Amino acid sequence: MNKDSIDIDYVARLARIDLSEKERRLFSSQLEGILEYFKKLDQVDVSSVEPMAHAFQVENVLREDESVKGFDPETAVKHAAAKRNQMVQVPKVVEG
Amino acid sequence: MPDNLHFKTVTDLQSLLAGGEISSVELCRELIDRKEAVDSKIQAFNSLDAENVLANAEASDQRRANGELRGPLDGIPIGLKDVIAVSGSPLTCSSRMLENFVPPYDATVSRKLKEAGAIPFGRLNMDEFAMGSSTENSAFNTTFNPWSSDRVAGGSSGGSAAAVSAGSVPVSLGSDTGGSIRQPASFCGVVGMKPTYGRVSRFGLVAYASSLDQIGPFGRSVADVAQVLQSIAGHDPKDSTSIEKAVPGYPEILQNPIGPWKLGVPKEYFEEGLDPEVKACIQKAIDWYADQGCEIQEIQMPNMDLAIAVYYIIATAEASSNLARYDGVRYSHRSEQSEDAIDLYFKSRAEGFGEEVKRRIILGTYVLSSGYYDAYYLRAQKIRTLIREDFMKAYESVDALLTPTSPFVSFRAGEKNEDPLAMYLSDIFTISANLAGIPGISVPCGFNSENLPIGLQILGKPFGESDLLAIANSFEQAHDFSSQHPDL
Repeated sequence: MNKDSIDIDYVARLARIDLSEKERRLFSSQLEGILEYFKKLDQVDVSSVEPMAHAFQVENVLREDESVKGFDPETAVKHAAAKRNQMVQVPKVVEG
Repeated sequence: MPDNLHFKTVTDLQSLLAGGEISSVELCRELIDRKEAVDSKIQAFNSLDAENVLANAEASDQRRANGELRGPLDGIPIGLKDVIAVSGSPLTCSSRMLENFVPPYDATVSRKLKEAGAIPFGRLNMDEFAMGSSTENSAFNTTFNPWSSDRVAGGSSGGSAAAVSAGSVPVSLGSDTGGSIRQPASFCGVVGMKPTYGRVSRFGLVAYASSLDQIGPFGRSVADVAQVLQSIAGHDPKDSTSIEKAVPGYPEILQNPIGPWKLGVPKEYFEEGLDPEVKACIQKAIDWYADQGCEIQEIQMPNMDLAIAVYYIIATAEASSNLARYDGVRYSHRSEQSEDAIDLYFKSRAEGFGEEVKRRIILGTYVLSSGYYDAYYLRAQKIRTLIREDFMKAYESVDALLTPTSPFVSFRAGEKNEDPLAMYLSDIFTISANLAGIPGISVPCGFNSENLPIGLQILGKPFGESDLLAIANSFEQAHDFSSQHPDL
């Protein structure tokens, strides 16, 4: 696969962002420059190296299965742009 | 009342408060006035709720009168980067996306500071969602450098550094994902520390790159930074990556430092791209440590050159995932133009995010996308291992490393705006500490010929904050750089 080109429309769709024509052009050229810079990583032999996701070993942390106080419904939905009956309101997602 | 109250350290303020020479209300009034006088020039603050500050100060004075102080920071104002939640106070991340967001809960650091009696003092400006190195990416204002108002404060915690430097608040908190505490501290001539990953809870810190983000303090002295770190460090059940390890008494360590230290100087940090005046200044600091009997060793960090590329793959990948939550549904900006539910995501994110945030989300999405994951993300994670190994190998023979914090002093606003890669390269000396998870501190070590501050970076072993503070403190005590202030 060609590592140099970036299909900006495809990636923007994956990222769920509408880009303006100006942003499409700007990001395409800038990101190609950045990907070119990333090529320096290709020189390193990593065949026997383990990947590292965290600085320290991360383990699953569980707590006792006891209920704790959370937000009341009014607080939880307070910042939704649209709400009704303590619920977040969104555009229709299912036809019918 | 004593003169120049706004430039007093926390240590000084504590004795003034204890001796009854000032009250917390008087101190906070003075700082509110100071902020009013200088912040139109600096633009370090996104907001300041003066009424709330004074109410908290009055409560602290009352506790003092009743002999019920909560701790040494009781009555001391502390500025918070606008990425840390304080219940009932706006939390914008300097983004249109969260312009009207008021969190209903405290970050663990905010809770701990309140429990210690400290007074949250304003929301400090930053690059949007902590993405940037100059605080020019804020959706609201650029924060300027108190030492030269046409130059940047650094970033992303530019507001936190500039507010302390300008005398608007004695200490503050920032967050550091690739240098966002240390670099602005260096640019603004204050002390800034990034603790070990896991030393301080990230609960209530808006996530940028979760495996790299860490909260840390700014102050006008190492002792002040030690005090703030003391009050925020420790394990938190609400952050599964915070580490269960006893927190030493940082301020006490400064009273009884254990030197001289073995200090490493990585030669890769002194090669091309380093400003000659910065280089000379750092060399002078290294010579000073040698004169104190510290053993100086040249160290090799062969993978250091790869850190920027590794960082901008890992950080943007994590950011693209973390920022998926801003979908316009539950609490962030919602577009009024959308045609359907899916279009709501596309338009809300297009309207809510600024250019740099979009650029990083797009880059992060790309490196994680099918067909590219192994070539970019997995490879970067493997080289991250090599970078960490470089540090661990160095720490077999030395206690800490001495480097410049930044290759140059503060640059002019607008100078690097058009070229994202040039901006990314400005993080070259700070970024590998985040990849390795180790602690780092920037301490003022001089000025260039234009009177702009230069910072010395000291990098330590995991959980080696005590050593870093002691090493930095010994330098600070022997010099007067930290006690010099900008003329505003």
